[in-house]
Amino acid sequence: MSATEAKHEIGSAGEEWDPKIIVFCCNWCSYAGADLAGVSRLQMPTDFRVIRTMCSARVDPEFVLRAFAKGADGVLVAGCHPADCHYIGGNYRTRRRIAMLRMLLEQYGFDPDRLKLEWISASEGEKFQKTIREFTEKIREIGPNPITED
Amino acid sequence: MMSKVGAVMVIGGGISGVQTSLDLADSGFKVYLVEKRASIGGTMAQLDKTFPTNDCSMCIMAPKLVAAGRHHNIELITNADVEEINGVPGDFRVTLKRRTLRVDENKCTGCGVCAEKCPVETVDEYNQGMKKRKAIFVMYPQAVPLVFSIDKEACIGCGVCYEECRAKAVVYEKPDEALEISVGAVILSPGFDEFDARLKKEYGYGHYKNVVTSIEFERMLSATGPYFGAVLRPSDGEIPKKVAFIQCVGSRDEQVGNTYCSSVCCMYAIKEAIIAGEHTAGLKPTIFFMDVRAVGKEFENYRERAEKEYGVIIRRGTRVASVEEDTATKNLLVRYSENGGIATEEFDMVVLSVGMRPSEDAEKLSRRLDFRLNKHGFCETDVFSPLCTSRPGIFVSGSFASPKDIPTTVAEASGAAAKAAALIADVRNTQVTVKEYPAEIDVTGQEPRVGVFVCHCGINIGGVVKVPSVVEYAKTLPGVVYAEENLYTCSSDTQEKIKAMIKEHNLNRVVVASCTPRTHEPLFQNTIREAGLNTYLFEMANIRDQCSWIHMHEPEKASKKARDLVRMAVAKARLLEPLKKSSIPVNHSTIVIGGGLAGMTAALEVSAQGFPVHIIEKTGQLGGSLARLYHKEGTREPREYMNELIAKVRDAKNITVHLDSEVKDVTGFVGNFKVKTSGDEIESGVIIVATGATDYKPSEHSYGKDKRVITQLELEQKLEDKSLRAKKIAMIQCVGSRNEQVPYCSRICCVTAMKNAIAVKRQNHATEVYVFHKDIRTYGFREELYKEACELGVKFIRFPEEDMPRVGGNGDQLEVIAHDTVLGEDVLVKPDILVLSVGIRPNEGNEELAKMLKVPLSKDKYFLEAHMKLRPVDFATEGIFLAGSAHWPKFIDEVIAQASGAATRAMTIISKDELETEGIIAAVNEDICDGCGICEPTCEYKAIQVVKVSENPERLKVAVNEGLCKGCGACVAACPSGAMEQKGFKSSQVIAMIDSALEGGDS
Repeated sequence: MSATEAKHEIGSAGEEWDPKIIVFCCNWCSYAGADLAGVSRLQMPTDFRVIRTMCSARVDPEFVLRAFAKGADGVLVAGCHPADCHYIGGNYRTRRRIAMLRMLLEQYGFDPDRLKLEWISASEGEKFQKTIREFTEKIREIGPNPITED
Repeated sequence: MMSKVGAVMVIGGGISGVQTSLDLADSGFKVYLVEKRASIGGTMAQLDKTFPTNDCSMCIMAPKLVAAGRHHNIELITNADVEEINGVPGDFRVTLKRRTLRVDENKCTGCGVCAEKCPVETVDEYNQGMKKRKAIFVMYPQAVPLVFSIDKEACIGCGVCYEECRAKAVVYEKPDEALEISVGAVILSPGFDEFDARLKKEYGYGHYKNVVTSIEFERMLSATGPYFGAVLRPSDGEIPKKVAFIQCVGSRDEQVGNTYCSSVCCMYAIKEAIIAGEHTAGLKPTIFFMDVRAVGKEFENYRERAEKEYGVIIRRGTRVASVEEDTATKNLLVRYSENGGIATEEFDMVVLSVGMRPSEDAEKLSRRLDFRLNKHGFCETDVFSPLCTSRPGIFVSGSFASPKDIPTTVAEASGAAAKAAALIADVRNTQVTVKEYPAEIDVTGQEPRVGVFVCHCGINIGGVVKVPSVVEYAKTLPGVVYAEENLYTCSSDTQEKIKAMIKEHNLNRVVVASCTPRTHEPLFQNTIREAGLNTYLFEMANIRDQCSWIHMHEPEKASKKARDLVRMAVAKARLLEPLKKSSIPVNHSTIVIGGGLAGMTAALEVSAQGFPVHIIEKTGQLGGSLARLYHKEGTREPREYMNELIAKVRDAKNITVHLDSEVKDVTGFVGNFKVKTSGDEIESGVIIVATGATDYKPSEHSYGKDKRVITQLELEQKLEDKSLRAKKIAMIQCVGSRNEQVPYCSRICCVTAMKNAIAVKRQNHATEVYVFHKDIRTYGFREELYKEACELGVKFIRFPEEDMPRVGGNGDQLEVIAHDTVLGEDVLVKPDILVLSVGIRPNEGNEELAKMLKVPLSKDKYFLEAHMKLRPVDFATEGIFLAGSAHWPKFIDEVIAQASGAATRAMTIISKDELETEGIIAAVNEDICDGCGICEPTCEYKAIQVVKVSENPERLKVAVNEGLCKGCGACVAACPSGAMEQKGFKSSQVIAMIDSALEGGDS
């Protein structure tokens, strides 16, 4: 939890609050992993919306910032494990971009944990479920996007 | 004249059969892919990870399975057995029996409701019996084709599935079918079976619960396995701390009748040990090896990392005598021989690394199809024709012919395709169909008119999501002019409905809200194309896999989410643009760099299919390193075979040989390469790199100073000209391999040493031969050579990994001293001749050539293929292929198979008149681009180049080569000025989805 954001108080008006989470999944690994979670009927919170890109490296920093500017409470970027990238090395670029974005978010007073990068393979339905559960929980803990709170 | 048939039947739908089918179908032949099970995928589909990259097996394989399932020139015939083959090469008639699925595959949508409701549970073979499945089932979730079938043995005939199936696909009384199919050639790739571990009674498999086979363990490691990827003891579900892997179970074992080595178990055991440790903290694996056979690319490095980084304990030179269970704890006592004594160690769990045995169908197939098996029961092949069975016109690939790993199998699969294609090359493109579509409707300037089709998927979506509410909501969205619900949007009658609605409402964008685009997008894209719309005017909302199935108990929230997902899809759809796939013309000739065995083989395979080839050879003659091999392989000498190849190359009218010729410059891209050599400038559509490798020139052990110290090749020469004079010979293995400077294993030296040792003994049985080694790596059937050498009295002395033998002595007498790990003490041998088994080195010119071709090298400086498992002869750069020792040291049969494979891969390009580029690719807005070039290094495919603007050479811009771009979009995200775009995933389109997702929607 960042010092720059006040902790969201449970019991306040936010009790009924449902976070808005954007999940970017690469077409080849993570989107397939998300599908496998479905095929395996793994249950998870409903608060996320998946946007598919061909590679996690397509996730322009602008997309992430746009999502936060428009009120997203959390953004998750999911790609192939290192060395598994369908496009050889796209995910290494993603890793650097996300690290940079997290620093940027912190500078702007956002909790950097609102942005998460996870490697999820096509056979990791379980991991997709776990990631969604934990990330949703984390975002609930951090509270609403400070932009939309006002 | 006999009429030939431009179709091929591939028998066996594992990775081998799938690769062969894709290659042939992409080169103008119709393929019938016959699989005995209900789905393709074979053994690889059961694997969790693959060595040495730890790639997820399903991730890398699924795209190939889907491609095969979808290819309009591949017909899958599943659940079928081949009965007989009549006719002659070029014109066979194959009789098949197709066992009924009891489900109409044209109606089954794979939704799975039947299996959910089926009351009968039975053994799940895919999970090695460690899980249950229903009597109506698919083998695994990603199965291709995704069609359920009824297991007659398990079914009680209650009729629940019939009642539950909304698609009315269950046809209980559907009979078996007899089929007769005409093809020009047949390729066998039915794979192998695992050794039955019960036959090794001393290991207690089947009695002791905590003794499992390696394939069972593989399923345990898999996220889709019985424990969702956790390693648990079957006896009590506890997490094991100490796990023992026992190697060579059913391999290298005369007792069970399998004298060969199964080639893959050493590496898969190391992989399973690493992965088990990753999945389960605190797990300590120990592997009991006789020899560690890490002979492939990066294998030795993998082995070393397993020991040093992952703490896998490797016990070499051990053989496990027995396993006993502690009845109280169910722990296992492993008794093994080591250092001449017997030791015992207790483990929580034991994994038996079971070997490969011939497919259980091998004998039946060999009788019915009239081809021979070898003495081990695998399909008989010859060193010089590794892809041919004894029956002309029937070819073989993969582990049906000998135990082998995935990359070797995939290379062979492509190679077998070359053999079949050569036979029927003159009837290429006669059986394939080209689909005709109506002219595309021009939608430019039109306001978006979106049609939304929302699927119930039986009850899969409709049981959770309120589909009518989604349809009503969709109708309110901007741009939507039509919306409807369907029981199954993917069914064939709905396709007709969609087409009718496009016409009736002048729809110019279509959104389907149903399952996943990964499996169904091409189907709907095809539908809208049939109605005259560009295929890219389509968008999908995944409201099943990623909504109703994962929020089954929250219908309200799931319904809201479905509406949100539809809104997002419509938001993107409004901005979709038709994309044109452009086509680039293809030059039909091939350039092969290197005129050795690999180069000549590849050239002849391409030439046999009627296409021109240029061989560029650096030296003044063809033949390469084959010229120096004398020992007979099977019935022939390599040199004799080489001369025959050279004669064939000389005789082939469409092969031009450029001797004393070196590559100076390479420009162009797939379909249109230009290669400048020292003498010529040659154009081609593809390039095959077959430049070979070189022998290590040793400086160790007084080689070059003392005439009594020679290399194995020099010994072979002496044996050939009968000039060997020695009473005692010592051989030292791994000279210039597996040391600090060159950490890899050169793969072939152990076998070379065995052949020479045997030849020495045959020439004079009294000559003593001592082989100093770390491991003896005679994998596959080559194990027989090791056995023969032992039987002839060759002495083997195993020395430790880090402690090479010392060579000394005075001027008159050579002395070799080594630490014998079996005896645990130093031994001294005084040979008359010392033979060094020198390793193989990559060519020094590799780096320069790699730069010119813009392809990578491995860290050992061999050429690096596109993917170590599934693209063993391709480079990531399209249109450039790889064969022979330039890839990695290998044996004659392996080189031939791989070179044939490279030829096939080349044919998939040069057999076409033009190549279609991808629709989803990068595009530059030249008005904005200032040519900064930041995007250039982000492109893994070298598709981006900074060029001068032609009207204004002062200005720079970037250009995207549409032939090379794969459409990942990495460059787009890197572009600081917004000049780069990804068609189909434009920033404006993705941002529209983001904004729409966060709009708040209807509630």
